[in-house]
Formats: sequence, C-alpha cells, structure tokens
Amino acid sequence: MSIQSTPKQSWWNRIAHPGQFVAWSAPWLWPLAVLTALLFAMGLWLAFIDSPQDYQMGHTVRIMYVHVPNAWLSQFVYGVMALSALGTLVWRHPMADVSMKAAAPLGALFTALALFTGALWGRPTWGTFWEWDGRMTSTLVLLFIYLGIIALWRAFDDQLRAARIVAVFTLVGAINIPIIKFSVDWWSTLHQPASVFRADGPRMPPSILAPLFVMFAAFTLLFLALHLKSMHTEIKRRRIATLQRKAAQGHTA
Amino acid sequence: MSGFVAMLRRELALSWRGGGNVLTLVLFFVITGAIVPFAVGPDKPLLARIAPAIIWIAAFLAMLLGLDRLFRPDHEDGSLILLRQADLPLSAVIAAKVISYWLVSALPLILASPLLAVLLGMDLPAFARTLVSLLLGTPALAAFGAIGAATSVTIRHGGLIAPILIAPLSIPVLIFGVGTITAAQSSAAPLFLAALSLMAMALAPFAAALAISLAED
Repeated sequence: MSIQSTPKQSWWNRIAHPGQFVAWSAPWLWPLAVLTALLFAMGLWLAFIDSPQDYQMGHTVRIMYVHVPNAWLSQFVYGVMALSALGTLVWRHPMADVSMKAAAPLGALFTALALFTGALWGRPTWGTFWEWDGRMTSTLVLLFIYLGIIALWRAFDDQLRAARIVAVFTLVGAINIPIIKFSVDWWSTLHQPASVFRADGPRMPPSILAPLFVMFAAFTLLFLALHLKSMHTEIKRRRIATLQRKAAQGHTA
Repeated sequence: MSGFVAMLRRELALSWRGGGNVLTLVLFFVITGAIVPFAVGPDKPLLARIAPAIIWIAAFLAMLLGLDRLFRPDHEDGSLILLRQADLPLSAVIAAKVISYWLVSALPLILASPLLAVLLGMDLPAFARTLVSLLLGTPALAAFGAIGAATSVTIRHGGLIAPILIAPLSIPVLIFGVGTITAAQSSAAPLFLAALSLMAMALAPFAAALAISLAED
C-alpha cells in the first residue's frame, strides 16, 4: 500500500482515516518510547544521585522532580483535550475525538499523581498531607472535572455522539478553569494569610534546574507515547465493535 | 420576542400546574438546612457562624438536583424536537427555560430562606447579605445547570451526571457567594458574583443549545 496518493491530499486529510492514521503514526511509537526511557534514565539519575540536597528540605526535595512535571502535565493534557475538542467541533476531524477520549484518563492519572506526590512532599515539609492552599485546591477541582468528563464518556453508548457532547463540555470547562483558579486564589488568600508556601523561592540553581528540565521532557514524552498508544487502542476497539455488529447482522440475515 | 414571551409563559404554566415540584424543592432546601444542626450539635454561636455556608450548600444542592426536569420532560415527550424547528433560535428557547427555571426553583428558595435564617440564628445584617448573595449568585447556578442538563439529556439514566459535571464548575459561585456574606463591606465579592451570573446567563444558552442539537442529531 502506498500512502502517497494525489498530491493535493495533505497529511491532515490523510490521517483522518483511522487505518491511515495508525499506519502513519505507528513508526513513531517505538522511537518515542525509547527516547522516553532514555530521558527517564538520565533524569532519574540526575534527580536522585547527581543533584544536591536542599539545605532545608534535605532529600525530600527530590520529590519535586516527579511532582512538578506531573503538575505541568495535569494542565497540558487539558490543553490537548481542548484543542482536540476544537478539532471535533470545528473541523469534524475523526481523529480529534479519538485523541480527546484517549487523553482524558491520562490527564486524570497525571493530576492524581500530582496531588499524591504533593501530599507525600507536604507531609515532611509542611507537616500535613493536605492544605487548602490555592494551587492544591484548583488541582483537586481539575481532577473532579477530568473524572466528570470520563463519566460523561462512559454514559453514552454511541461514542461518535458522545464525542461531540464531551467536546462542548470540555470547551466550557476550558473557559471555566481560569475562573476557578482565580476564585480559588482569592478564596485561599481570604482564608489564610500569605504564608510559608511562597518559600519555594525566587530562583533555583542550575544543579536543580537541569534535572527538572530533563524530567519535564521525559514526562511530556511519556504522555505523548501513552497518548498515541491509547489512540491506537481506541481505534482498534472501535474496529472490533464494528466487526461484532457486522457479524451479528450476518447471523440474523 | 413574542415567541420568547410565549416560551416563558409555557414554562411557568407547566411548572405552576405541575404543582408539587416547586414545593418539593423548597422542602428539600429547608430540610437540608435543618439537618445540619443535628450533625453539628445545638451550638448556637457555631451555627450562626456557619449559617451562610449551610444556606448556600442547601441552595446549591437543591438547584443541582432540580436540573433533571429542565430538559428531560421535553426530550421524552418529543417537544424538544419541535422547539428546535421553531422560528425562535434554540438558544433563545433555552434562555427562556433558564429564566423560568430560576423563577420556579431559585426564587422560592430565596423566599424560604428566612425560615432557615431563624432556625440557624443568623442576625439581621448577615441575613440581608445572604439574600443579596443568593439573588446575585443563583442565576449563575441556573445557567451552568442548563449546560449540565443539556449534555446529559439524551443519556437514559443521566440524572446523576449533570450534578457531577456542574458541581466543579460552580465552585466559583459558591466561593463568591459565601464571600459576599462573610467578607468585609468593601469587598469585591458581590461584583465578581454578579459578573459570573451575567457572563453565565449570556453564554450558557449558546453552549446548551449546541450540546442539545449535537446530541439529538
């Protein structure tokens, strides 16, 4: 099979077909996975062995190298979902709703990991697993939004119809998230005075910054690889559902 | 415009003649508020201090639970399909429904709130601020609720989905609503609350109309 057909067909149109999309993107998967593993090996070595302890927090500072990339991904994945929602509603691109569906559980997972590692970090440094601090609270609300979106996906039988409705809700959520963030900040400064949580400080030395950036790259590539893989899985799941429907029709006919 | 008014009258007549629903929601609101003292204990100063929070949570829950009857009856008897083919744009139909939903579910709660204020031992200035914050904030709850109800209208057992979806989005309303009551006089919370309500009322009908027309295709 040759992918090059008419010269007018752009890559954008070509990947609209699920089979073409898998054929086009499958060769990327392994290099992406290997690169992710290499970056993780390098990042974890830098973070756990080669970087200095914090003069106040000691070894617990190393939780940051896992925590901060997860927190970044919790918002980045929502951005991916919102873009895919636009793709579904505006361009009706068939792969956009697959991308949107595949991203939701990953986003929920990264958000939950950000909260979990944050709690583990908070216990030794602040003396508590949970504090109703502005950032933590809005991350928790974000987790609820992710879980609501997953529940909405699961409530529909027809996944194509579900995609368009979830897309509307995802975009409504995207408009709302900045408002939630702002209001929660307003609320937490109202309830508690500005406190130790600003102590993470003005600047970081390069010995801490370098492993952090490597871990950022590693986690982001991990998301991209998992996202691509679960898009392939979703395409296969839909294909199986179609085949089963055809087989059932064959039986009755 | 006449279509809009006719739609409004239809909705109000339906809920007026439907009778029990409005009173049930008010009863739910009062009972939810009156249950809290049993959980907290009959500690009057404490109850007076958390009374704004109790009233807001009771109103929040009552409005979320009432959402299911916003579009579902019309979807089930097929009138939603007819309404989509009317001359009036679907977003205007939904705006009329949101306004009438506010009139038959939020306004009765606000009228019933003096009862809770007495039970919870609020003083008069605090109660006056509670009234203002409910008046300013409940339109936003109704508008957000319309989005949730619209997304779940074609789900057969979707009654619980809408509250799950809408509760996180409504957190700012709750924050500024309670902030209006508890914060100092010069606080900006009432302005934020009013801004939220205006914005939600302006934008939500379009989002809900989009969701409904996509869901019923």
